[in-house]
Amino acid sequence: MAERDAYGEEQQDRERFVVRILLALVVLLAIVLALGWRLSGLQVGAHSHFTTLSENNRLRVEPIAPTRGVIRDRNGVLLAGNRASYQLEVTVEQVRDLDSLLARLRGYVELSEADVERFRRGVRQRRPFQPVLLKAGLDDETVARIAVSRHELPGVEIEARPQRFYPQGSTLSHAVGYVGRINQQDLQRIDRRAYAGTTHIGKSGVERFYEDLLHGRPGYRQVEVNAQGRVIRELSVTPPQPGTDLTLTLDVNLQQAAYRALAGQDGAIVALDPNNGEVLALVSAPGFDPGAFVHGISQADFAAVRDDPRRPLFNRALTGQYPPGSTIKPLVALAALDEGVTTAEREMFARGYFQLPGHERRYRDWRREGHGRVDMSRAIAVSSDVYFYDLAHTMGIDRMVPILGAFGLGQRVGIDSTGERPGILPSRDWKRATHDQVWFPGETLITAIGQGYMLSTPLQMADFTAALATRGQRYQPHLLRAMDNGSGEPEYPLPVARDPVTVDEKHWDSIHDSLIEAVHARHGTAWGSVGSTRPAYTIAGKTGTSQVFSLGEDEEYDEDELARRLWDHALFVGYAPAEDPRIAVAVLVEHGGSGGRVAAPVARQVMDAYLLDDAGMTINVPEDE
Amino acid sequence: MISVTGREMSVSQWALRSLRLDSVLLVLLSILLLLGLAVLFSASGESVLAVERQIMRIGLGVAAMLLVAQVSMHTLRAISPWLFAAGILLLLAVMFVGDVGKGAQRWLDLGFMRFQPSEIMKLAVPMMVAWYLSQRHGCPRIRDLLITVTLILVPVYLIMQQPDLGTSMLVGAAGFMVIFLAGLGWRWFLGLGVVVAAAIPILWSQMLDYQRQRVLTLFNPESDPLGAGYHIIQSKIAIGSGGLYGKGWLNGTQSQLDFLPERSTDFIFAVYAEEFGFIGVALLLLLYFAIVARGLWIAALAQDRYARLLGGSISLTFAVYMVVNIGMVTGLLPVVGVPLPLVSYGGTSLVTLMVAFGILMSIASQKRLVNR
Repeated sequence: MAERDAYGEEQQDRERFVVRILLALVVLLAIVLALGWRLSGLQVGAHSHFTTLSENNRLRVEPIAPTRGVIRDRNGVLLAGNRASYQLEVTVEQVRDLDSLLARLRGYVELSEADVERFRRGVRQRRPFQPVLLKAGLDDETVARIAVSRHELPGVEIEARPQRFYPQGSTLSHAVGYVGRINQQDLQRIDRRAYAGTTHIGKSGVERFYEDLLHGRPGYRQVEVNAQGRVIRELSVTPPQPGTDLTLTLDVNLQQAAYRALAGQDGAIVALDPNNGEVLALVSAPGFDPGAFVHGISQADFAAVRDDPRRPLFNRALTGQYPPGSTIKPLVALAALDEGVTTAEREMFARGYFQLPGHERRYRDWRREGHGRVDMSRAIAVSSDVYFYDLAHTMGIDRMVPILGAFGLGQRVGIDSTGERPGILPSRDWKRATHDQVWFPGETLITAIGQGYMLSTPLQMADFTAALATRGQRYQPHLLRAMDNGSGEPEYPLPVARDPVTVDEKHWDSIHDSLIEAVHARHGTAWGSVGSTRPAYTIAGKTGTSQVFSLGEDEEYDEDELARRLWDHALFVGYAPAEDPRIAVAVLVEHGGSGGRVAAPVARQVMDAYLLDDAGMTINVPEDE
Repeated sequence: MISVTGREMSVSQWALRSLRLDSVLLVLLSILLLLGLAVLFSASGESVLAVERQIMRIGLGVAAMLLVAQVSMHTLRAISPWLFAAGILLLLAVMFVGDVGKGAQRWLDLGFMRFQPSEIMKLAVPMMVAWYLSQRHGCPRIRDLLITVTLILVPVYLIMQQPDLGTSMLVGAAGFMVIFLAGLGWRWFLGLGVVVAAAIPILWSQMLDYQRQRVLTLFNPESDPLGAGYHIIQSKIAIGSGGLYGKGWLNGTQSQLDFLPERSTDFIFAVYAEEFGFIGVALLLLLYFAIVARGLWIAALAQDRYARLLGGSISLTFAVYMVVNIGMVTGLLPVVGVPLPLVSYGGTSLVTLMVAFGILMSIASQKRLVNR
């Protein structure tokens, strides 16, 4: 009986157990179905969403910086190129203690505060496993010493990266310009995508003007990365399009000769080919080392260059504005002839001063005793101020300005470089607009001798000299001679002709002759320094000596008594050979003194360098193009 | 063909029977273990070493299973209280002299190997509860309930202190499964539910910061995408991007490129789901369900109450493992550190599970012996 009860109870237990198991199975089935439902939601319902997230995880697009186009002179000499520069980079992920690593590295290489600060900024902004630049421009010895100790410096790498270099140094610093690190200002004017992966950008000169051509287009590579950011493999590559190589119109030999001719004096030289506007030489002295800006110049070095009293960063040829002085007398004469105010043959007696009718004030000639009887040609040759005071007074400012403007004064030349300024061509309207004053007759007189309000850049002076050489044909001065983007033949942009100055041919003859007379006649202002040395070709030119400060009516200008910074600027503009001009030159020597004595010989040397062969005897025959 | 008892049987049938193995369970487990090795090979970054080690552990597990299968239920039942007592002592030992690994004190260094006593409790607790309840008939009464709940909560508390939330939960689940299967009245379950609900705030106050963080992250993983939420986010990306058909074996980008953390251990299901897709996932769920169903079938046919309760608890606890792991990897449950049973890389849990299946095998063969 008890056994039977036990059996019955066992039977009951078993039944109860089976019910519980079935219940458990039903619950489990429900849970498994719920899991399946959840999984189908993730894998089928939200599949595309998660696929996107997954692809975002593993795919990264990395830019490949394009190689910057190189810059050459007209003969193919390299002016700006790219070469491998060794730089110290640190992969932070592989460094245990950054501070102690930096301390150890100081034993190998000098690290400035700026280097470390830039590095730390880079560390904050980097992507995982992206090496961060610590120091650029390592010399060979440092590279070797670090390479030997590599095993003691985990995470430290020496990378060779292309870096801009300027083999011509300071001779061409203002003509070519330089590149520097992209800064906040640059970031606002560029398309950041186009500069992904690029560290440097053109900051001045041709480097900046032709930035878009030189830069090229970045390429991209799509890579697969792991969770740590390490690149696992490359999936696809769009190669970068390298920048366009530029050939400039400059002639390095001429440029160097011009730089040498200034012999350490501060000044500017611009040489043009008058027949097509090609800039053959563009010198501003002193120059600076453009390479210093590439690596990132230190604060102290930059301050030294910036605060140098000789202002090496100042581009005198394009940015410098100077009174053109007597160099504009040929233009004033041409205006008078064209306006019919005078004739080339009319003579006058040039005393040592000029007075406006009914005025006491004496407008003095640079020569105290005057020049005696002069016609137009002689007045230009001897640079009589009084002749031009008289001419200007007769003509009036309103008839003078249009021709000066037609020669480009008061407007930017529009050269393909940076920093150019327009100068000033004063007129009644200009004075009313800027000074809110009426024009005084006396101002007409000093404008005619390139003083007073009038300012002009050396480039403008070379430009109007070229127009004199071609009898009014004006070509756009330019630095770019050819572009080569690697797709076959280089491309030569055609010279751009601008509005010519149209004047009667016989007037051109008169001016032309007077400019030869200024150099080659015994009474010419450039006779002593140039004409008397019998150059192998004929030079047409005009000296200028422009005042930096005004003398009183009765004061004497005496170089010996004046501080150098108050000395006159020495100027000379000219072209040669006079019969068939191939070069037009403007020379400015800051505080050089007399134009004839100081500037004219400099121009002569530039012309010699361009026109004579090595023997110094015969004129080079222009090549057929 | 060999004739043993007058009935014809094949060599394999004979081998299975004499080794006291259940053929259906054996086939299902083999499929799961082999599949697990394939997934592990992918998840470990095609590491032959990891697969070799796992094969060694599986070998150890199979050996343990074979060994346990030979132990009669009578013996197993007899040692249950002693095993439980030993387990409690070992847990106390861990508390005082245990090794610290990954910030938790779980290991006991035996000199030649490190050993996790909480694993013993996964079996010792249901064995103990089944032992107790098998001595009584009918539905558990209040006294039974109080005693068994105490038997469960003491080890659960000790394991929680290590701290190991996942294991303590599984140990507790294994014990309560026995009470449930013993036919505990519904009102008691209701009461238990109320107690558990009341215990949640107490439990919360007892939890360590990282445990709380895991729970909080569950509800909003995006709140901490680089910290605690990272696991769940990356896991969901892996699973979701697998799609219907998967990216193919060894081709899961989330797994192969290190985006998925803990991918050979707790998150191995995400690797599988990424590479084999929803179809593979459905088949895996089916496989798990079949194993649990077969285990319950064996338990239902068991001859005595102890075997029934223990077999049922083992089967259902295995289901809990699976549900908790997949629930956690898919972002339905907090990340509690429960491995995917028989698939995740790692020794102790695999061996424990194989021992449990050895018990099920023993139950299955006991049934046959009695039947005969």
